Amino acid sequence: MSQRQLALLLIAPGLALVAALFLYPLSFSLISAFTGPQGGVSLDSFRKAWELYSRDMLFTVVIVLASCLFTGLAAIIIAGTLTLGENRWIVGTLKALYRWPLFIPFIVAAQCMRTFLAKNGLMNNSFVAMGLMEPLQAVSFLDWRGIIATFVWKQTPFVALLLAGALAAIDRATLEAGRNLGASRLRVLVELALPQVMPQLLVALVLSFVTMLSVLSVPMMVAGSQPTMLTVDMAFRINAYGDYATANALGVITYLLSAGAAIIYLKRGMAGKEVAP
Amino acid sequence: MRLATSLRTALAASLLAAFAFVLIGPLANLALWSVAERWYTPYKLPVTYGTRYWEQVFRPTGDAMASLGTSVWIAVLTVVVALALSIPAGYALARLKLPARALFMVLFLLPQAFPSVAIYINVARVFYQLGINGTVFAVVLVHAAHGLVYSVWIAAAAFGAVDKELELAARNIGASPLKTFFSVTLPLAAPGIIASGIFVFLESLDEFTGTFFVGVPQVMTLPLLLYNAAMGGNYQVASITALILLVPSVLFMLFIERFLRADVLAKVGA
Repeated sequence: MSQRQLALLLIAPGLALVAALFLYPLSFSLISAFTGPQGGVSLDSFRKAWELYSRDMLFTVVIVLASCLFTGLAAIIIAGTLTLGENRWIVGTLKALYRWPLFIPFIVAAQCMRTFLAKNGLMNNSFVAMGLMEPLQAVSFLDWRGIIATFVWKQTPFVALLLAGALAAIDRATLEAGRNLGASRLRVLVELALPQVMPQLLVALVLSFVTMLSVLSVPMMVAGSQPTMLTVDMAFRINAYGDYATANALGVITYLLSAGAAIIYLKRGMAGKEVAP
Repeated sequence: MRLATSLRTALAASLLAAFAFVLIGPLANLALWSVAERWYTPYKLPVTYGTRYWEQVFRPTGDAMASLGTSVWIAVLTVVVALALSIPAGYALARLKLPARALFMVLFLLPQAFPSVAIYINVARVFYQLGINGTVFAVVLVHAAHGLVYSVWIAAAAFGAVDKELELAARNIGASPLKTFFSVTLPLAAPGIIASGIFVFLESLDEFTGTFFVGVPQVMTLPLLLYNAAMGGNYQVASITALILLVPSVLFMLFIERFLRADVLAKVGA
């Protein structure tokens, strides 16, 4: 047996599992989405999905983009402080704190936020206790704001970790030179450091984008009601009506939303960049 | 000048305090709920504290212990399946001549690069037709496919980081290729492979969406129990279940650097 045949033999079982549990269902969802009630190619499912859920499509896009934006900003602030911060006490505390949500499951994050952001949750109660707010002003954040807060809370450590790693690897001399020429740390971060680590930031955000688009527990537990995210709509179409055509049309829309993101991701992944697990 | 510096430090410190509140607050709220026997408005803190719900959850006949057992059993099986598939695949990808190697790497990556809900609903439909929906076997398959990208990529990186000279030395003193693999290559790649196993274990323990479509109602894992308790308004049981799920995740975060050496990490995806 040649080395090539042996290699193919060794990866075949793994590939078979990916084919059976990913490629086949993916093809089926594509076919089902484009098949009409009487068979044949049709866009009926997409028409129905648009009529019923166009608002949720917009809602999903806005939520995921806003979450990515805030996650990116928070990660830049954290990673920037870790790299360029001069107060050792502040840098040390931040370093010890920021990674905590890294491996916390989404469903646990959702449960945390469900109680924390509620009208009488710990957040509002603390504000009232500190005298920052009157009890009557307390509002529940368990809607789109809650979903964004949960996503940002959960994803920021991941993006910040990759970004801090990338920032630590760049040439310190240019940053020191910038500082010596009198540039503020903010300016050094924005004009010298960030442009050099944009690829890594982009990869981390793209990964977060696809992840957020796939999460079912957070929108179900944090915001439940209408409007909601497409993942919840898909689960509802299946569990309430067994309506695979519409659910798969919604699925194809989520593929399309992530397709652009995935292409960038694959390009970066194949370019051999560091991808932390 | 000194005043400006101390002002800036004070500002930074208060920003840090706000950050700590946002970061720790939700977790503190979770911990509070787990020991709150009665907590209702307008009280800002629990009215009575106690471990009544912990006893309820940890009672041998309690749902949580049964779900924990199911979750751990599924996670162990998932690790076995994922490693059995990814050790040979990772070795082939790292060490052997393979046509279209990059394509195969991407194929293993795909399940992570697409939103998964639409995939899972169709997997559930197929499993239903095969009569295996609602079995531990079905849930393990779904979890293993999900974890395969980590285990294959990390295994490939771990094998890639093994010094080829050592393998050659073993061959030179007469070891067979198989003997070389089991006595040199595999032991040297073991830390990375163990790390990928831990990662797959945690992914399986935490997985909600796939189990939600493929496992319910027969297979009840901890995340599903947490979901049911939360939606049923039982915040104590939901919070205690969430805390149980938190423990391995936080431990892993604290220890990942010891398991996954920097030279292996740098090779992931390479």
